[in-house]
Amino acid sequence: MKKQFMTPLIVFGLLVVLLVVGLIKAKYIRDVPSPLIGKAVPQFSIPTVENQQQLFNSDELKGQVSLVNIWASWCVSCRAEHKLLNIMANSGVKIYGINYKDELTDARRWLSAFGNPYIKSAHDFTGRAGIDWGVYGTPETFVIDKKGLIRYKHTGPLYQDDMENKILPLIKELRAES
Amino acid sequence: MIPEIGNFSLIIALAVSIILAGLPLIGAQKNNLQLMQFSRYAVVTQFFLILVSFIALAYSFSIDDFSVLYVASNSNSALPMIYKISAVWGAHEGSLLLWLLILSSWTMAVAFFSKGLPLSMSSRVLAVMGLISIGFLLFIIFTSNPFERLFPAPMDGKDLNPLLQDFGLAIHPPMLYMGYVGFSVVFSITIAGLISGQLDSAWARWSRPWTVIAWLFLTLGIALGSWWAYYELGWGGWWFWDPVENASFMPWLIGTALLHSLIVTEKRGAFKSWTVLLSLMAFSLSLLGTFLVRSGVLVSVHAFASDPTRGSFILAFLVLVIGGSLMLYAIRGPSMSGGGNFNLFSKDTFMLLGNILLTVACAMVLLGTLYPLLDQMIDLGKLSVGEPYFNAVFVPIMLPALVIMSMAPLMRWKGDSFANVARKLLLPVIIAFFIGVGLLFIDKGSVMVSVSVALASLIFMSVITSFILRLRNKGNIGAAFKKIPLSFYGMNLAHTGVAIFIIGVTFTESMSLQKDLRMETGDTISLGGYSFTFEGAKSRQGPNYTAFEGAVSVMNPAGEPVAILKPQKRIYPVRGMPMTEAGIDAGLFRDLFVALAEQLDNGAWSLRIYYKPFIRWIWLGCIFMALGGLLAITDRRYRFNAVPGKAVPA
Repeated sequence: MKKQFMTPLIVFGLLVVLLVVGLIKAKYIRDVPSPLIGKAVPQFSIPTVENQQQLFNSDELKGQVSLVNIWASWCVSCRAEHKLLNIMANSGVKIYGINYKDELTDARRWLSAFGNPYIKSAHDFTGRAGIDWGVYGTPETFVIDKKGLIRYKHTGPLYQDDMENKILPLIKELRAES
Repeated sequence: MIPEIGNFSLIIALAVSIILAGLPLIGAQKNNLQLMQFSRYAVVTQFFLILVSFIALAYSFSIDDFSVLYVASNSNSALPMIYKISAVWGAHEGSLLLWLLILSSWTMAVAFFSKGLPLSMSSRVLAVMGLISIGFLLFIIFTSNPFERLFPAPMDGKDLNPLLQDFGLAIHPPMLYMGYVGFSVVFSITIAGLISGQLDSAWARWSRPWTVIAWLFLTLGIALGSWWAYYELGWGGWWFWDPVENASFMPWLIGTALLHSLIVTEKRGAFKSWTVLLSLMAFSLSLLGTFLVRSGVLVSVHAFASDPTRGSFILAFLVLVIGGSLMLYAIRGPSMSGGGNFNLFSKDTFMLLGNILLTVACAMVLLGTLYPLLDQMIDLGKLSVGEPYFNAVFVPIMLPALVIMSMAPLMRWKGDSFANVARKLLLPVIIAFFIGVGLLFIDKGSVMVSVSVALASLIFMSVITSFILRLRNKGNIGAAFKKIPLSFYGMNLAHTGVAIFIIGVTFTESMSLQKDLRMETGDTISLGGYSFTFEGAKSRQGPNYTAFEGAVSVMNPAGEPVAILKPQKRIYPVRGMPMTEAGIDAGLFRDLFVALAEQLDNGAWSLRIYYKPFIRWIWLGCIFMALGGLLAITDRRYRFNAVPGKAVPA
């Protein structure tokens, strides 16, 4: 009978466990670079959002410096960084997308509404490729070098600062590499 | 020098808060009058110290003192003065200072309007509020100090985030915080009641006006945020189920449940433990919201300042405040006496049902918000928790709540007969039914549209019925009108607001039209019967931005000119950030919304054009709800100096 008064406390206890784990993970993910840094991009071959008959193969990422951006139409933060992606695409940065756990029609509508900065976007409906890429949450942005190695990972939306001080200088540097 | 004064007075405020939290509590326990009376002085001192520090920060902004790190990161010499002031709360550190200032203002209000309360009670309430302010002062001083200096001082500041350079957003945080922090009053009253074991109908009556004020500010704050998102983000949407929006919506849902539950507890003495729990939850959810927004555990568009160290601090604070209060609830709860008996079919039961639905809705929003955290702990498989999830769980819970809302006000306390209620509701149900059926046949009508609008009309008819019932058989109608208490008007105004809101949401969501297209100068398209002609775009210079301003002339179906919309695409050079300013022609029944998307070749632009029917009703509904709250607290029965324990004549 008296147990009913304990329930809120117990529920709150569980919530705290969840928040502590979330906090530790958030710290970990920010402080420790992704284990994928310096490794080759995970292999995948997935139909694109633009055309389901056409495949986006991870081998295409070799031979040029490019960005891989994980996005979804349901992700509000993705909208925040989308303008920056459009700007970078216009200035000649090669951006590929991985559309994460999204409905095809939603994704297409999104691209037509906000502009499509991507050369192509893989339609990762099940999130299978996302697991290989170690996706923690959308959006995430990876910088890939000419050899197809992941050189940098940015978690969360890109802001002006990140673009100017990290992404663009790194792209310049990587383009200079042979 | 000025920033140091600000910093120093924060530190003194901390010392005063410690005294405020400590001495009166001891005094109340030992029944020492002097110690208890001390709290009022401490409250006033604390308020002025925090005010000094707030003014010091605002002053540093107004004179462009870029040697202060916070000013340098959030202001610029070219920033217009009004935004220099609103920049005080434009980022993490300053918004916490605003939080604190509002908390101490609420504490002052409690100190001055609590003369009718027993001294032991009021000093306990003030002490609990003092405890909360200690937490926030420590947080500001040690992890988020806005007075930190920057050496060498930069020539100019990095400018305020252009998203925040807007009038709506300048007043949105203060409103919202008034709501969040306002719940700390009910929280403190309840904690004081739990400590002293005095949770009677006086406790409920005393809590009600504070709850309603906090709730009405929160309502306005959320509505302002939604309005801002609509015209500033350029997506034409009004709600995104973003974690930060959810953080403000959860306390609102619980606050709404609480203010209804308090009515039952005051009038009938029932649901006491439930009301206590809700009043603890309303503030706890406000704190949880702060944690989610500030700690960076969830990625959000609003996460302008997230930092895991701050996160650990707030989490520890959460555990102390929420855990502590729930512990107190677990210990003291069982001794709370249950209230009067009531039948299954009664106003009491229906109020409880409505409450439960609101709480379940809140739990669903919480689950959806925290889902990304759960998902990384245990892989739950594919479930995208964006809008589709929230709409799918939220709407089915809210529909029965609307039915309850139209019934409960017409029911009797304690017990009522079905036949009696059915008789009162017969006409409203018939009218609502025909409205619903009629809506099935209009263009783009659907079951969802017809059900929602029918329910909204049912609520509205129920409001009218309740007035008719009040005035019937009263002879002199004029005199009978005068006898109706203000709180009755308040309730009905707020309920009408809900009906207006539902209609706004239904039509906006189901009948909006949208076109994204490329337009060259002179091109004309039609949307929703209106024709839009693009007259070209030219560049313009603002005080701290450059812009392309387009001109789109609009003609209505009859071919008469309606408006010339001037959407802008701005670049703020300091941050290099592009911003969209939509051109909107607002109307009671429809908005026409044009945004410039991208500049294309030779003078062509891609434009987004929206036709949004009834969207104003969404915010109008919120204003009605807030006004209803305002009327309710002006009712004489809830004057703050009402003596508790004694029956107060209406």
